[in-house]
Amino acid sequence: MPATLLEKLWNLHEIADLGGRDSLIHIDRIFLHERTGSIALRGLEQEGRNVRAPRRAFCTMDHIVDTRPGRGDISLVPHGREFIEATRHSARNAGIHLFDIDDSRQGIVHVVAAENGIVLPGMSAVCPDSHTCTLGALGALAWGIGSTEAEHALATSCLRASRPRSMRVNFVGTTTPGVTAKDMILHLIAGFGSRAGRGFAVEFAGPAIYDLNMDGRFTICNMAVEMGAFTGMIAPDEHTIAYVRDAPYAPRGPLAEQAEAHWRELHSDEGAEFDRELEVDCARIAPSVTWGTNPEQLVGINGVVPEPGAFDDPQQSLAARQAQAYMDLEPGTSMRSVRIDAAFIGSCTNNRLDDLRDAANHLRGRKVASWVQALCVPGSSAIKRQAEAEGLDEIFQAAGFEWREAGCSLCFHAGGESFGGRRVISSTNRNFQGRQGPGARTHLASPLTVAASACRGYISTAEDS
Amino acid sequence: MTNARKQVFHRGIAAPLLQPNIDTDAIIPSREIRRVSKEGLGDALFSGWRYRSAESREPEPGFILNQAQYREASILLAGDNFGCGSSREHAVWALKDFGVKVILAPSFGGIFFNNCALNGILAIELEEEAIARLARWVQADPGGNRLEIDLAAQRIRWREGKEMRFDIEPARRSLLLEGLDSIAATLRRESAIRVFEEQDRQSRPWVYEFPDR
Ligand code: SF4
Repeated sequence: MPATLLEKLWNLHEIADLGGRDSLIHIDRIFLHERTGSIALRGLEQEGRNVRAPRRAFCTMDHIVDTRPGRGDISLVPHGREFIEATRHSARNAGIHLFDIDDSRQGIVHVVAAENGIVLPGMSAVCPDSHTCTLGALGALAWGIGSTEAEHALATSCLRASRPRSMRVNFVGTTTPGVTAKDMILHLIAGFGSRAGRGFAVEFAGPAIYDLNMDGRFTICNMAVEMGAFTGMIAPDEHTIAYVRDAPYAPRGPLAEQAEAHWRELHSDEGAEFDRELEVDCARIAPSVTWGTNPEQLVGINGVVPEPGAFDDPQQSLAARQAQAYMDLEPGTSMRSVRIDAAFIGSCTNNRLDDLRDAANHLRGRKVASWVQALCVPGSSAIKRQAEAEGLDEIFQAAGFEWREAGCSLCFHAGGESFGGRRVISSTNRNFQGRQGPGARTHLASPLTVAASACRGYISTAEDS
Repeated sequence: MTNARKQVFHRGIAAPLLQPNIDTDAIIPSREIRRVSKEGLGDALFSGWRYRSAESREPEPGFILNQAQYREASILLAGDNFGCGSSREHAVWALKDFGVKVILAPSFGGIFFNNCALNGILAIELEEEAIARLARWVQADPGGNRLEIDLAAQRIRWREGKEMRFDIEPARRSLLLEGLDSIAATLRRESAIRVFEEQDRQSRPWVYEFPDR
């Protein structure tokens, strides 16, 4: 029987069938961060339970840790230090490897897990963080959980999980210049809605997906949760294998050969049946930007803010009206006339090396508009070093961007640094009300669009400047 | 997973919060998470909407849970995709601490949905129209028109003699009915886990043995 990638991954990790759609699933890797991981570890301590396989669990500092140059344990997040110290203490007690603030491999959890080969194709991986689906780009079964489930995974190396339904999204045709992986995934979410993936594991497929390098694939899978999906995934191919080959935790020698042979089998078989299949024509995708407070509220940069009444669904009309009030935008406003106060390149969606190169290419010889605060925050300390080796930091700084240490930074607001009350063009994944600070108005876009908009001071495509 | 409490039957005041896509950041803003703790978060529930400012904690009179009739609400009638966004379980801990026992919505964020059951909150998926009907009835007399949720019978009782059936997966239902300690239950399968790992180690040794840092 031809099998889907999801079926193969699920069967590979199923310890027991628990009836209905439920299974006991083996968890190969658990990753924690100082915001939600600390509480899971403390919960276990309080119940007097051990971490069953501490060598297969990892932890990093990314959410609360400061990203300003010269950082230490002091964070602008109120009570941030308590989270940092509690995490350090609990990780040590549990015997879990921690990528601490000064570790050369520190960075955003989903970036670190991938670039170090901690999560590899075919593995099951969980983290108490909703964007764990990012790792599906490796052909792994990776999903976000809560802290209580993280305790369960730590204590037992397993989780009880409901088998998701299978969806395949085929990206056919070719994209036009200036269209990036970010535009592709935003276009999909806008086209089918931010609930289209509910209950599904979404396999992204088609020539345009396999043409993407790994950095682009991570961007695609990162936003699977923004369409409500259990997770996203892309079958491993030669790009994937080349990406993980020399990673610090990846297998070496004969073990590597054995692993690679196994990974090449991890794809949906010819004729495999999916519960739902969608198709996206890449030729129709434009560089895009959100106008609302949900990723599905999207328009091409050359477009206008839509009329709320134009939506068929009354719920959507209502949501559009509320979003436009919050975003302070009138229907009919041309997106290119929207003036911005700040520009942010960062987050687990879009702060890998290719994203930084893309933005830097545009910024070379240009300047950020005088009224715009612009920030670039690399995804990991390793990416930051590599970018500096290529001289990207100088390009960003010469253009007027701040060049930060690695971390989540202003992707979200935890009470410290804030874009509160300002309008931001951002390479992140969530434009919810208040996500980047109280009253912050977030427009999601690709790093290239963020760079172009930062320079003009208005929402712009790369061709505008 | 030791937080679940038995949840068989509940009768209480229901508050309608019907806009779609209320995310976990709205349920509890990240800036409210000040301690490495699951306790005492009820005060921070919906703080962005509930207070005029986060610092003063002066109630925003327009917000539904500040209105006298709804202050004791223990049931939420919610919009589509309730609890989407960040995985933070603090959203559920805040609801629980506030006293919410049951949430009815057309759909929920996936991680939030799981987190509810693990903490003894009954999340019920119900058609938008049914929720709207319940909301209209409740709004007519919020203190008097209380909803009865009977998990054992999978019924919602409202207006005199009227009831609605709801679906719930068997595993979730027994978790809520019995308040199981899931970790202990899984640990009882330790021998099966070990057998699985021994076999898996033969076919995927790199999962278990890897270069040391
Ligand atoms: S970068 Fe943003 S989305 Fe990614 S893990 Fe950090 S806070 Fe979450």
